Amino acid sequence: MTVTPPRTNETSGQVADARRFDLRRLRALVYKESLQALRDPSTLLIAFVLPVVLLFLFAYAVSLDAKHVRVGVVLESEGASAQTLAAAFSATDYLDARFVHDRREVADMLVSGELRGYVVIPQDFEQRMALRGSEPLVQIITDGSYPNTANYVENYSRGIVQSWRTGLDVGAPPLTIMLEPRYWFNAELESRRALVPGAIAIVMTIIGTMLTALVVAREWERGTMEAVLSTPASVTEILIGKLLPYFVLGMLATLGAAALAVYVFDVPLRGSLAALMLLSATFMVPALGQGLLISSLARNQFLAAQIALFSGFLPAFMLSGFLFEINAMPAPIRALTWLIPARYFVESLKTVFLAGDIWAVFMLNLLAMAAIGALFFVLAKRVTRKNLEN
Amino acid sequence: MHASPIMATASQNGNAAVVIEELDKHFGNVQALQGLSASIHYGRLTGLVGPDGAGKTTLMRILTGLLEPNAGRVTLAGYDVVRDNDAIHVASGYMPQRFGLYEDLSVMENMRLYARLRGMDADRNTELFSELLDFTRLGPFTERLAGKLSGGMKQKLGLACALMARPKVLLLDEPGVGVDPVSRQDLWRMVQALTGEGMAVVWSTAYLDEAERCESVLLLNQGQLLFDGPPQTLTTQLEGRSFRLQNVGAERRAVLTKALDLDSVSDGVIQGAGVRVVLRAGAETEQIQILADQVQVALTPVPARFEDAFIDLLGGGPGGTSALAERLPPVELGSDIAVSCRNLTKRFGDFTATDNVSFEVQKGEIFGLLGPNGAGKSTTFKMLCGLLKPTYGEAQVVGYDLRRATGAAKSRLGYMAQKFSLYGLLSVRQNLEFSAGVYELEGQTRRERIEEMIDTFDLSNWLSAAPDSLPLGLKQRLALACALMHRPPVLFLDEPTSGVDPITRREFWTHINGLARKGVTIMVTTHFMDEAEYCDRVAMLSRARLIALDTPDALKQGAATTEKPDPTMEDAFIHLVESAEQNEEVNT
Repeated sequence: MTVTPPRTNETSGQVADARRFDLRRLRALVYKESLQALRDPSTLLIAFVLPVVLLFLFAYAVSLDAKHVRVGVVLESEGASAQTLAAAFSATDYLDARFVHDRREVADMLVSGELRGYVVIPQDFEQRMALRGSEPLVQIITDGSYPNTANYVENYSRGIVQSWRTGLDVGAPPLTIMLEPRYWFNAELESRRALVPGAIAIVMTIIGTMLTALVVAREWERGTMEAVLSTPASVTEILIGKLLPYFVLGMLATLGAAALAVYVFDVPLRGSLAALMLLSATFMVPALGQGLLISSLARNQFLAAQIALFSGFLPAFMLSGFLFEINAMPAPIRALTWLIPARYFVESLKTVFLAGDIWAVFMLNLLAMAAIGALFFVLAKRVTRKNLEN
Repeated sequence: MHASPIMATASQNGNAAVVIEELDKHFGNVQALQGLSASIHYGRLTGLVGPDGAGKTTLMRILTGLLEPNAGRVTLAGYDVVRDNDAIHVASGYMPQRFGLYEDLSVMENMRLYARLRGMDADRNTELFSELLDFTRLGPFTERLAGKLSGGMKQKLGLACALMARPKVLLLDEPGVGVDPVSRQDLWRMVQALTGEGMAVVWSTAYLDEAERCESVLLLNQGQLLFDGPPQTLTTQLEGRSFRLQNVGAERRAVLTKALDLDSVSDGVIQGAGVRVVLRAGAETEQIQILADQVQVALTPVPARFEDAFIDLLGGGPGGTSALAERLPPVELGSDIAVSCRNLTKRFGDFTATDNVSFEVQKGEIFGLLGPNGAGKSTTFKMLCGLLKPTYGEAQVVGYDLRRATGAAKSRLGYMAQKFSLYGLLSVRQNLEFSAGVYELEGQTRRERIEEMIDTFDLSNWLSAAPDSLPLGLKQRLALACALMHRPPVLFLDEPTSGVDPITRREFWTHINGLARKGVTIMVTTHFMDEAEYCDRVAMLSRARLIALDTPDALKQGAATTEKPDPTMEDAFIHLVESAEQNEEVNT
């Protein structure tokens, strides 16, 4: 071990080096981060196992399609018309009807949640039918604690009663115009096809925001940041060295998730793979930026995880249009969704998977994501300093 | 960086590596450093010494440019720490107090990372690498993950990484904490070689025996500089005030208590069978001579230590009587053996952490477990207090078999963990109530005990404070109060004073001595060699085996050589561990 006594000119050269952005230092940091990511089983779990679990959940367990909704049909009248109406209820796939003669039986079942609603065909049903000019009364009771299902039960029951009535008036001229619906982009209206592309946005948020926030916070928590900060590496180098590996990890996870979507869940990829990758890469900018911002505010993993959950994961889940349609949200919430980068990504993903390469849609979304990302990075750079001062 | 003013400053200060002028630093309302002026020189080992919370780490971080001063000016190697922050990172090597390397990277990967960060290429600088590996003796462990290294080896790796690119100033923040004497000796050897080559090395420490070895010392207390100069300058001021009561034997704890309660005595500790005292400035030997005559032992003058001077500067140590022990009824046990183990063995997979260890501990004994990092101290300790199940062999605490009656045994022992294990989110009172609760104290007894603890440990002003906001000394008192709530006849202390300053440590040992006199059996692990001196007997572990078990004095005698007729406990430790390792190598 020979330590040369201070030689000023040598140090001056090194000092000049220290001030430049140095690719070798960056490479060393990226290499270190990659080794750590590969050795940490939790990273691989989050990046590769969690997405698979999530995709399977959204593909199979979560369904927004209402089929076989359990309802009760109370037959208080024993007449022939009442019987045919009841038969109409039992014929449909969308409702799972259960027939009783006393409304008290079904009322309890509605309270206990066994049924989502019931239809009462009253005692005077036949009499009213017989009277010309009098409309038969059918009562529909639904479970308002599930508003969507309640709506659905009501509308469907209405539909059944309506078409049953049309069938009765054989001689009358058809007053109603027949609608022939066609659902574009998702012909069978399978919610899986809309959910799986959106789930990719959730996965990317987890990797980009949550994982990044965690790994930077971990450096503070374990005291390794203090040692790295005391070397000539600059803040920019340290941060880019942190982000690059997770960017790559995020892109790999996207590829994997897309492959699963197409080959396992039967979701069509109507756009190009290149467009998908471009969109994903652009989404990683705000996702990573947000993770970075969180980690520079919270220097311990627990807090970082909480903030990432509330500011990244939950909005991506609920306000991105992934699960709930943005158009159905109240105006203030709708305005809020403009700030959620995942919203642009979910829209783009649905487009690229179900519709195709529609650049008019993509360009706006790309711009919005890049702009939000830039904002996060500027903020993160401003709050991160190369020392331990708070 | 060719700006001339900086060169000019460098030449003006001649040999100064670091110049600190009127430095002030505060965090909120807390004044961390105040009006500090000093200089640190090339080719010299400078000790940055002070109790916990003195501002050592803050000063270190300012020197490395990680914190900014609120007022004043600091230059390192001629560069201003604020204005030329980039240059500071080139000119200095820094080893933080906490192990700052990546535990999931191997030794080599860590070294390569730091080499690249400092602008070196591992492939082109193979010579430097092999030198560093040789120097740190890490050569055989390059592929091992840093997290799997022992405490001493971690520090050496930290040093190797800090030395990358040959900094002019090396800053080491408490490199000796949690490191056993053998590894500590290695670190000293390395640092001395570096200063010999012209590097300025700053070594911060709360261990005062370390301070004594430095060529120059900056002594800090509560953010202020108390002393700047060679440690000998300070020590000589104390000359003629240090004495030892030789071979007091069994009565030494009582004698220490009496001595500390004398007006003329400022400080005292137990050293094996003897008692070492320091008189107050200007005090006569009369009182202590009377005490020596009473117990019929010789009073011999001994050379002053840096620690004496330090305690004296801070106004002397605490008194000798433990209010806690005063209140405790004497412990009655059915048998004279409080703790015993036979053929105790613990294996984790292929790895044997404790190998066939047997010993017996008498009631009222202070029994020390010593050994290098990774020798199996903690494992043995945890088996004895029922936290780990032995693979083989048996252990008993006050007659209960720990394998069968773990619960009963646990209710008869008190345990104070290394980091005090207090609940940060509970207040001081709630912590006390919680420990009263877990030991099933109820009603009147419970209220009385809690009040008693508050009273004896003087906690009444802090009852609603969070433990984390307390000064270390108070935290330690609280932890001890919690461990003693149920008046256990056996008390387990796992490195109870790691990182605690000498004054707090003395106060702690006053209580422990008092407890032992009441018949409480104390089991303690420690890295502080002067704490081993308080023990009646010391069990030395190395590589999972018991290599020695005797009184501190006998262990020291065993290490005596013609060059070192009066070895210290540390010498004895190093001697024992090294000869055990040699024996093992001969046998295999």
